[in-house]
Amino acid sequence: MQRALSIDPGKCTGCLQCELACSFEHTGLFNPSRSVIRVFTFHEEGRFVPYTCTQCAEAWCLQSCPVDAISINADTGAKEVNEATCVGCKVCTIACPFGTINYSQATGKVVKCDLCGGDPQCVEACPTDAIVYVDADQTGLERMRQWAARTDAAATA
Amino acid sequence: MAWTGKILRVNLNDKTCKEEPLNREWAQQYLGQRGLATKYLVEEIDPKADPLGPDNKLIFATGPLTGTMASTGGRYSVITKSPLTNCVACSNSGGFIGQELKNAGWDMVIVEGKADGPVYLYIENEKAELLPADDIWGTSVWHTDEWLHKRHQDPLLRIAAVGRSAEQGCLYSAVINDLHRAAGRSGVGTVMASKNLKAMAVRGTLGVGNIKDPKRFMQAVNAAKKVLADNAVTGQGLPTYGTQVLMNVINEIGALPTRNAREVQFEGANEISGEAMHEPRPTDGKPNLVTNAGCFACTIACGRISTVDKGHFSVKNKPEYWGASGGLEYEAAWALGSDTGVDDLDALTYANFICNEDGMDPISFGATVAAAMELYGRGVLTTEQTGIPFDFGSAEALVKAAEWVATGEGFGKDLGLGSKRLCEKYGHPELSMTVKGQEFPAYDPRGIQGMGLTYATSNRGACHLRSYTVASEVLGIPEKTDPLTAEGKPALVKAFQDATGAVDSSGLCVFTTFAWTLEDIAPQIDAACEGEWTPERLLELGERVWNLERQFNLAAGITGADDTLPKRLLEEPAATGPAKGLVNKLDEMLPEYYQLRGWTPDGVPTPETLQRLGL
Repeated sequence: MQRALSIDPGKCTGCLQCELACSFEHTGLFNPSRSVIRVFTFHEEGRFVPYTCTQCAEAWCLQSCPVDAISINADTGAKEVNEATCVGCKVCTIACPFGTINYSQATGKVVKCDLCGGDPQCVEACPTDAIVYVDADQTGLERMRQWAARTDAAATA
Repeated sequence: MAWTGKILRVNLNDKTCKEEPLNREWAQQYLGQRGLATKYLVEEIDPKADPLGPDNKLIFATGPLTGTMASTGGRYSVITKSPLTNCVACSNSGGFIGQELKNAGWDMVIVEGKADGPVYLYIENEKAELLPADDIWGTSVWHTDEWLHKRHQDPLLRIAAVGRSAEQGCLYSAVINDLHRAAGRSGVGTVMASKNLKAMAVRGTLGVGNIKDPKRFMQAVNAAKKVLADNAVTGQGLPTYGTQVLMNVINEIGALPTRNAREVQFEGANEISGEAMHEPRPTDGKPNLVTNAGCFACTIACGRISTVDKGHFSVKNKPEYWGASGGLEYEAAWALGSDTGVDDLDALTYANFICNEDGMDPISFGATVAAAMELYGRGVLTTEQTGIPFDFGSAEALVKAAEWVATGEGFGKDLGLGSKRLCEKYGHPELSMTVKGQEFPAYDPRGIQGMGLTYATSNRGACHLRSYTVASEVLGIPEKTDPLTAEGKPALVKAFQDATGAVDSSGLCVFTTFAWTLEDIAPQIDAACEGEWTPERLLELGERVWNLERQFNLAAGITGADDTLPKRLLEEPAATGPAKGLVNKLDEMLPEYYQLRGWTPDGVPTPETLQRLGL
């Protein structure tokens, strides 16, 4: 069973522990600017929204890559960048509709979420469970449960 | 390690920005942030320097854990000589700019001299330059923030700035970062404006590393995060209610200074409490509180994000204040509310917005308004000076006062003097609720005895954060003591002062100490930093910082005679509540405190004490 990141912005406090964990896992440094999960603050609405690659099935990044540097990890379903092959041409960054694959000045390659090989560190670090790692077929389960809880039992009696 | 090892020295006289190495020896003695920056300040300025003159310096300092994944590891402090107190000032802030500075490769920025016109400091990793700020001088922090983001086409810039209050010479102006976090107390923003430095904009992409033992560091960080999550205060109370969890508690124990500390309980406390911030408003059905918010790396998230009711008189026809922004924390709610007798939550929230927008310390501002209200009630001040009726409980007066201090208009000039100078100006110094010129915060020392000694001996003038004995006397952390007795308080105050000195030097937030002791903190510092860091060493480091600050103040002309409290707290007994009939017993505590500190009966550190601490 593959799992997917499921993000509930309502629980996010904007602390950036996820960005710290992501950058530490991938670069060995605490460096939010190198994180591939990013938290956006909508200050006047009082909202914080973590955002990263959804590992979409269409995988425009993968399809657009002229050197086949992006492949699917069969275990996790993550679309992973092979750094040795990537030439840093940035075509994938144009192809991705969500902006979640980006060029890195530090490495000359593109970077994106790789689900940390199946143990996503952002999930480990999140103090409020705003980011969880769940059955990829059931990412709506928690939201369904919340609506189910609101169902008026009397109406169906 | 953990330090970047680099200091940025900014000279405003000749507009240069130079890199210099961090003094590693001092870092071993003072760690970082509060301690280390104070060491630099003490070494570099004349203690008698005019705080608002070019000879004063302004230091933005991170700690070794700033920018790391340690929970709350995003703090920085602003260290300078205070124009409000003439003491050493050290104001600590969260938000995100501290870690950004570290990510840009700097442990500290030392600003010296005075620019011949408005400038801002732009830092992009190793590049640092002073740029003209003529277009933003005379505008608010919020406008400045927006302008700088647009000017540099960089939404990821982190910004600290001073508002119009500081430009106008208000003596308790703050440095505001990330729109609503503040290096709040002692007028550090006033010093920044006096140097014609409007803002600091930082972008750092280098990463924070140099961790001595990364694996052990992450183990220590994760263990400590769990302690915070499992603790009732840091895991539940603070995220849900923020520091406002205290409003009803402190009112009940009869230690909520009310109407310029004439009383110790406020009948409107519940209306302005953390609980009230969750209640739907009758007008639009929405609560004051939109969400809680975390500073960088903080797993507590006590921050409040609030709105003002669109129909409230303070924001009517002013859509720019209809959005959410930084809401009330306990000190602000007390100063703007209980201390002025105003129980209108929307008015308080709006006044707090203005304090953020134009950079005023809400504690000093609210307490100064309270003093003005008492002067008005006694007929010393009239509408001739105040412009409008200035009675206790007037939300209109509070709102106008905030707007006037923000821009330096009308009575705002007087209010910007702070309570001490205002009361002196109008012939009633005894009505000023200050120590060493700084307004005391939200705990009445008649009802919480240890806080009397805390205020009297704080090195930056009255302050709750130098030794928060409320934790022990009210909340039972680490163990419960009786708030009504003076017994044992000198030792308690000293222990809290020393521990806090270490926490404030590390890059961590002092709020962690509701759950953490130095036993939780030391392993994180030890795994990150060069050298061996034990709880004992940290405690001694805190004591060293305390004595260093004390020495600076003594050299600046502050003496043991200034370790006192407003007469009201020493002579007028509490009229209601558990502390009824009590005054603060400072005279019982102070001599014992001096003795425990290894100071003379006049409050001067003895040569033996200084030698023991390597001073």
